[in-house]
Amino acid sequence: MAMLRPAGDFDRSYEQDMALLRQPWHYWLLGISLLAAFTLPLWGDAYLVATANQIAYTIIAVQGLNILTGYTGQISLSQAAFMLVGGYASALLVFHAGLSFFIALPLAALAAGAIGLIFGLASLRVKGFYLAFATLAAQFIIPWLSRHTFKDYLGGANGAIEVPLPQLAGVNFGEVSNYFYISLVVLLITTVLMFNVSRTRLGRAFVSVRDNDLAAELLGVNLFAYKLRAFFIAAMLAGLAGAIKAHSQRGVGTEFGYGLNESIIFLGMLVIGGLGTNLGPFLGVAFIILLEDLSDLLGGVLAAAFPELSSQLLTSFRPIFFGVALMLFLIYEPRGLSHRWQLLRAGWRLRPFTR
Amino acid sequence: MNWPLVPQQFVTGILNGGTIGLIALGIVLIYKSSEVFNFAHGHLVMFGAFLTWWFTGGGAEPGAGLIDLPLWAAVVAALLVSMGIGLLIERFALRPMTGQPLLAIMLMTLGLAQLLEGATAVLFGVELKSNFPAPFSPSDVLVIPFPGAFGDAIRLKYTLVATFVVATLAAVIFIWFFNSTKTGLAMRATAEDHEVARSVGIRVRRVFGLSWGIAGVIATLGGVLLATVSGVSLNLSTVALIAFPAILLGGLESLGGALLGGFAIGLVQALVQASRLIEVRNSSEIAPYLLLLVVLLIRPEGLFGQKRIERI
Repeated sequence: MAMLRPAGDFDRSYEQDMALLRQPWHYWLLGISLLAAFTLPLWGDAYLVATANQIAYTIIAVQGLNILTGYTGQISLSQAAFMLVGGYASALLVFHAGLSFFIALPLAALAAGAIGLIFGLASLRVKGFYLAFATLAAQFIIPWLSRHTFKDYLGGANGAIEVPLPQLAGVNFGEVSNYFYISLVVLLITTVLMFNVSRTRLGRAFVSVRDNDLAAELLGVNLFAYKLRAFFIAAMLAGLAGAIKAHSQRGVGTEFGYGLNESIIFLGMLVIGGLGTNLGPFLGVAFIILLEDLSDLLGGVLAAAFPELSSQLLTSFRPIFFGVALMLFLIYEPRGLSHRWQLLRAGWRLRPFTR
Repeated sequence: MNWPLVPQQFVTGILNGGTIGLIALGIVLIYKSSEVFNFAHGHLVMFGAFLTWWFTGGGAEPGAGLIDLPLWAAVVAALLVSMGIGLLIERFALRPMTGQPLLAIMLMTLGLAQLLEGATAVLFGVELKSNFPAPFSPSDVLVIPFPGAFGDAIRLKYTLVATFVVATLAAVIFIWFFNSTKTGLAMRATAEDHEVARSVGIRVRRVFGLSWGIAGVIATLGGVLLATVSGVSLNLSTVALIAFPAILLGGLESLGGALLGGFAIGLVQALVQASRLIEVRNSSEIAPYLLLLVVLLIRPEGLFGQKRIERI
């Protein structure tokens, strides 16, 4: 932890040194936010729960991207394509192999991870934005394959197949208020995993690859192996997110997005939240999805005011708002919202000596 | 392979490649002078096409539109406006990013692309404008006898020939400008080293602005050429994306390479359409990207790029 602590505040045991929750208010914050999240379907309306569900599975995808781009420094433009792989894998496993969704989910993650490894092989030869181009190619090739190969299974030119609902002991997962718990539990698991990846040998190796690959290699970090691991984890989390998204939308395919635009938005969320921080994906995803809802709202109001322009007003505010937000963040706060949050915390701790 | 179709597709591919090469040239130009890889170039292309369409009357009845210029005047007006947009982008978006890491600069251009996409939709509408005033009608066809080809002749649309001529001419002029004029020399010097360029009296900022302005002009020209073939729509930005494989094939630092890469990509896209297999014919939209992967794996520096000695 880069956080400076006041004099006299030190750890007396290894467990204390490794603890994620250090202060009483950490427990309080975690408890209150968990309570709020788990009771959300009880007090929130359907729209709120659906948005929270979307935020939850998008965070999982962005957490994966955070490992690859934030920690390891490999730019990836194909996170949405890996989501598509996960969605298809899970749907096909449930539909054709008759597996339960809860078994298909980890398998789908593994399938997406395997595809991620294949395109990660490009990192053997190239880096920097040459690698970004390799992932750009993946982002075009994977959706194309889903439209033009195995048409009976992947939906062909329709660009979509139906996805069955998860079945578990008579719970109706067609209700988003029930489905939300699946997303939430998976998100909790991945979050704990990410916190632990980032502070163990694996995460430190990733950071060393990002900061100075030559030095990392001298220290005994096998660059290629660790880059491939980062690709695998990123694609795996994208696969998880894709499977959850597919089953919650009850359909998967290029009709439901998963294009270059989504991949770009994931990168934008990551940068706005804060690259290479565990809090970043949460803040960035929430910020962008709320911004998208706001722009839809504004577009709707304006479309009602100027009905003859409605088709262009309804669709164009999202890219404008997203683009402007991303550009402003890059210029004024390139370290993202999580850096703001740290400044706020430091300011609170040093009060009244904050500048 | 469906051999009788090959001669026709070969020529069509080369002709299409001219426009791709011109678009690729704009990206290489910016990369060479400021080391920014402009992902928004495709959207500049689209925006330029829309601008030209708007200056010609915006599809309204002749005389009824707000502005109603003949095609050549509309192109000139659009070129001027897009040059201004290029300058604005350099000043307000890229200059604050000087010295930032690669990812930040890349994301800046991606953010710009999103902004341009939204702005185009708001200003011009989202539906396809098929009424772009082309100088030739689609039925004007030049027939060249060619025994052995399908129908014993190669058919060339005048539109396609005209776009090829304009694109190649423009590309050659820009390459000449870059290699043989004093301003071009200043731009190349800036590309080599900012501080050294500054020490010999080159205004680096002005060079950046200039290269973005020229890139805006090139993008709009490419957009007009694409629009005369396929109409004006938001899809033009994705069409322009296939300039990326062209650049990597030609080499990031080579203007001539970008043009040749454009020809190669046009050729690949057209030749897969001569296949007998429907799957291969359908692959014309991703064939450039497959080629891109092959280039990255075999020769990452491209055909004419500078080979950097660095370990991966």
